[in-house]
Amino acid sequence: MNEIHNGSNQGSRVAFVSGASRGIGLACASLLASQGYKVGLGVRDDSQASCDRIFQEIRQYLDKIAQQANCTDDPESHHVKLELTNIRIVPCDVRSTESVDQAFEKVESELGQIEVVVANAGITRDQISVRMKDDEWQEVLDTNLFGSFRVARRAATKMLRLKRGRIIFISSVSGTLGQAGQANYAASKAALTGLARSLARELASRSITVNVISPGAIDTDMLGAMNDSQLSQILDRIPMQRLGNTLEVANLVAFIASEYASYITGAVIPVDGGLAMGG
Amino acid sequence: MNQEEAFETFKSCAVEVLQVTPEQVVKDARFADDLDADSLDLVELVMALEENFNITVDESELEGVETVGQAFDLVIGKVG
Repeated sequence: MNEIHNGSNQGSRVAFVSGASRGIGLACASLLASQGYKVGLGVRDDSQASCDRIFQEIRQYLDKIAQQANCTDDPESHHVKLELTNIRIVPCDVRSTESVDQAFEKVESELGQIEVVVANAGITRDQISVRMKDDEWQEVLDTNLFGSFRVARRAATKMLRLKRGRIIFISSVSGTLGQAGQANYAASKAALTGLARSLARELASRSITVNVISPGAIDTDMLGAMNDSQLSQILDRIPMQRLGNTLEVANLVAFIASEYASYITGAVIPVDGGLAMGG
Repeated sequence: MNQEEAFETFKSCAVEVLQVTPEQVVKDARFADDLDADSLDLVELVMALEENFNITVDESELEGVETVGQAFDLVIGKVG
């Protein structure tokens, strides 16, 4: 397994991650960058202050990645490196086709053709269904589902020419199990499976794989919005009895992005400590 | 752009996208039978033509387009 995770063979492939300013997106971007990818980070807030924070957090991630490499005794990964010149933070509001286009154009012109796309941008607007307002439904579906489609569609257009590529959707265990108060979010995440599998069929003949990664309870800001009682209820349901961390999701993303995952397409792969087993 | 120049541009798009030789791109050639193009190839070709000729082709306009000549007529009709 060790060699699967080292980045020595990734050359200068270009990856793009939407929703990369924090959480799982930032972990994915950091790990891919540490493996030698050139990475475009799509973010909504590209102010100097935000970019400074992102770069700082990327550096923190690199330390964690180095520690992880020590733990797994992966000699190649000890050489965690980061070329800041190979990272671009670009404004990308996935609710706008034009914004997605501009983000891709910037990354393509400055880093090269994008071969790996992680459609990660997502929001929550939790509310019990009977009290949920139209705009709470609409906003979540527009960002999480349509936003992912906008990113994937733009990516696939160029990948067709390249005749290779990886499209990775970040879903959620909520899409499989459902979650009280998250009808909008769960619906948007469940729909990613149908989207991904349709794209997988359309693009398979061009060696473009399309997969869904379904994280469980991951220690992020999004989860931080829960109160102690909600958190404790979730932990009770997780066989591994702990939250996951963002790098544990990023590790799977990096594997799916790699050449080692060339025969995996249309798959929905959980990273959830067993939470959704059998679902 | 005259018809001849336009066809040369069309041909270079087809050669690049469909990976065929320039000699194969004649007006009678059928995309599926003669140029071995699948539906995704044709989508790619349309995108390349849109880009190179600065035109927009609606999906409905592609119905019944089976040969190079038919596709070229569609393009030239839009270029004017």
